[in-house]
Amino acid sequence: MALVKQGKIVEDSFQRVTDEAIPTTGAVLVDLATWQAQREQLKGRAEPVGVVLKSDEHPEVLADDLPGLALVALDFPTFRDGRAYSYARLLRDRYEFTGELRAVGDVLLEQLLYMQRCGFDAFEIESDDPERDFETALADFTVWYQPAGDDRASALQLRHRR
Amino acid sequence: MYRYDEFDQQLVDERVTQFRRQVERRMAGELTEDQFKPLRLMNGLYLQLHAYMLRVNVPYGMLSSRQLRQLALIARRYDRDYGHFTTRQNIQYNWVSLEDTPDILAALAEVEMNAMQSSGNCVRNITADQFAGRAKDEIEDPRVWCELIRQYSILNPEFAYLPRKFKIAVTGSPNDRAAVAVHDIGLRMHHGEDGKPGFEVIVGGGQGRTPVIGKTIRGWLEPEHVLGYVEAILRIYNMYGRRDNLYKARIKILVNAVGIDKFRELVDAEWEHLRGGELTIPAEEISRIHAYFAPPEWEELPDGAATLAAQLAENETFAHWHQANVSEHKQPGYAIVTVSLKAPGREPGDLDADRMDALAELADRFSCGELRVSHRQNLVLADVRQDQLLTLWQALSALELATPNIGLLTDMIACPGLDYCALANARSIPVAQDISRHFIDVDKLQTIGNLSINISGCMNACGHHHVGNIGILGVDKRGKEYFQLTLGGASDQQASLGDRLGPALPQDEVPGAIETLVDTYLGLRQDADETFLETYRRVGITPFKTAVYGDDTSPRRVA
Repeated sequence: MALVKQGKIVEDSFQRVTDEAIPTTGAVLVDLATWQAQREQLKGRAEPVGVVLKSDEHPEVLADDLPGLALVALDFPTFRDGRAYSYARLLRDRYEFTGELRAVGDVLLEQLLYMQRCGFDAFEIESDDPERDFETALADFTVWYQPAGDDRASALQLRHRR
Repeated sequence: MYRYDEFDQQLVDERVTQFRRQVERRMAGELTEDQFKPLRLMNGLYLQLHAYMLRVNVPYGMLSSRQLRQLALIARRYDRDYGHFTTRQNIQYNWVSLEDTPDILAALAEVEMNAMQSSGNCVRNITADQFAGRAKDEIEDPRVWCELIRQYSILNPEFAYLPRKFKIAVTGSPNDRAAVAVHDIGLRMHHGEDGKPGFEVIVGGGQGRTPVIGKTIRGWLEPEHVLGYVEAILRIYNMYGRRDNLYKARIKILVNAVGIDKFRELVDAEWEHLRGGELTIPAEEISRIHAYFAPPEWEELPDGAATLAAQLAENETFAHWHQANVSEHKQPGYAIVTVSLKAPGREPGDLDADRMDALAELADRFSCGELRVSHRQNLVLADVRQDQLLTLWQALSALELATPNIGLLTDMIACPGLDYCALANARSIPVAQDISRHFIDVDKLQTIGNLSINISGCMNACGHHHVGNIGILGVDKRGKEYFQLTLGGASDQQASLGDRLGPALPQDEVPGAIETLVDTYLGLRQDADETFLETYRRVGITPFKTAVYGDDTSPRRVA
């Protein structure tokens, strides 16, 4: 499993914390229940905090907390579960989240482009050569019909610029 | 019709390249069937009972003669010389091989066609009235909006993994020939209070195991907002639709579970954020798309009614065909011709490669080089000069494509059934063939008048049995194929679901039961203008039930 950001493998600086005690130092990624239970304490930390949401946890629950979060990770329990694409768009467009938006779980290479278009900028992927595969997957399409959460121009915009 | 520009072509070419690489990875064993399945499904490739099946999009049913010739070429080169037109206005090839598929997609791309999203849990081919742009009762050409929605939905990154498939249909006429009420979203054009045309938005209709007539979520929507409103619906569905059970994942289940009022609240709250945003369609884009569908330069023809009347009086066979298969065109001197793919004994919707070529030729000669596929699995030549109808009919007769049965009993919808489909319980095609051979008398068919028979080989209802005036559903009874009849379904502006008539019948009793139903109707109707459906709605099911089953409606014992 590799974490890819901007096409490069990067080290995951967040420690994924589940039930056990939260370490006193370092960046942590907690689940929603932990966040809700220990919100004040987590907000007081000097180092970055992230929250991972399951696919049935709507990001609206984090809307007010987002300015204090460095990372939101959205889980794909199976690649077929496409809820997080809409969550990503809402996080970016509606709740104006500007931190890292990470795709975790069953993330297929063929889906990276869709995820990126919806606003994800970090991807946990399973691959022998993550950087090569990431590049290949993102090169699949250069034309898009519709606007989404990225800055790619739609065919409509390009047509009317001619 | 719409033509690809460099953007459309680039996108489709890139898709072919991508799929070619995916197929190579599959063939090399780098992808398992499990990993490959969603990729091939997004490209219309199913694994059926005996072979791969490729479903090719015919956007809202529009085909050029050039495209139809290419479909013929593909049928010859990669399949068994034929294709099957479907209720989604698409064409399916039933015998393709996996390794040929990238080449088939490349051959389609050459003629501005593709198979993108023709399956999978995404927005499927947008369907429309097959008489679009030509019908006299039309308010606006629905194809403009279909094309805009098509582009919006193709490779839409947010909605490629919906809970389940999603079907959108559009009609520009008050008389609904596109069955919009049984789609996930149905758009029906009508005039608003100030006289401006807009859409009634219907949501949550569908067939399958849980048939539902769609409900109106918005009475009137400005057409330029259609993409934004569709996005609001898709987003709510994507986030809240069920994903735990394949059979409860369609939007109709969500709409029924929360109720249309609550569903409307959710969608409207989302829509408030989107309204006026980047999905608002600019007027210049609407005009740009509109221009593609501008009608041909029709000739100012003298009124040919007298000549035509004389031809009809002289030739009874031509007159039968004219009565059933020719519809009124909005331009005087022209007519819309429906070419029946339901000749007696043939598989409904099938067309062989030679006839595809021949029809392409006839489209060039008689109808501006364009054809349409109807959701009732026929082809349409929409711009035929009235004074050429006789010549066209003669040419169609020579091809055995002049069966005079459009809208009549033998113009049946049938799914591929157990002959092809892994899901089916029963074979639909032989039942359709039996019925079409049984009702061969043209005079009798015309006496019976408008009557739709829809046949599905299982409860997934691909053959639209729920909305057939007579529906036939294949069921499995201890390993034997039986057929359950329903009465009173309709898919038009007064859509309704059929009622179960009684216990299922063995195949050999189906044509006789249909005959009994028809004779019962003929005996009960008030006059020749009262259709089967109208009589049924007036008198109810009892006389029909008694006629078929007598007093015994206990389930048939399997011999």
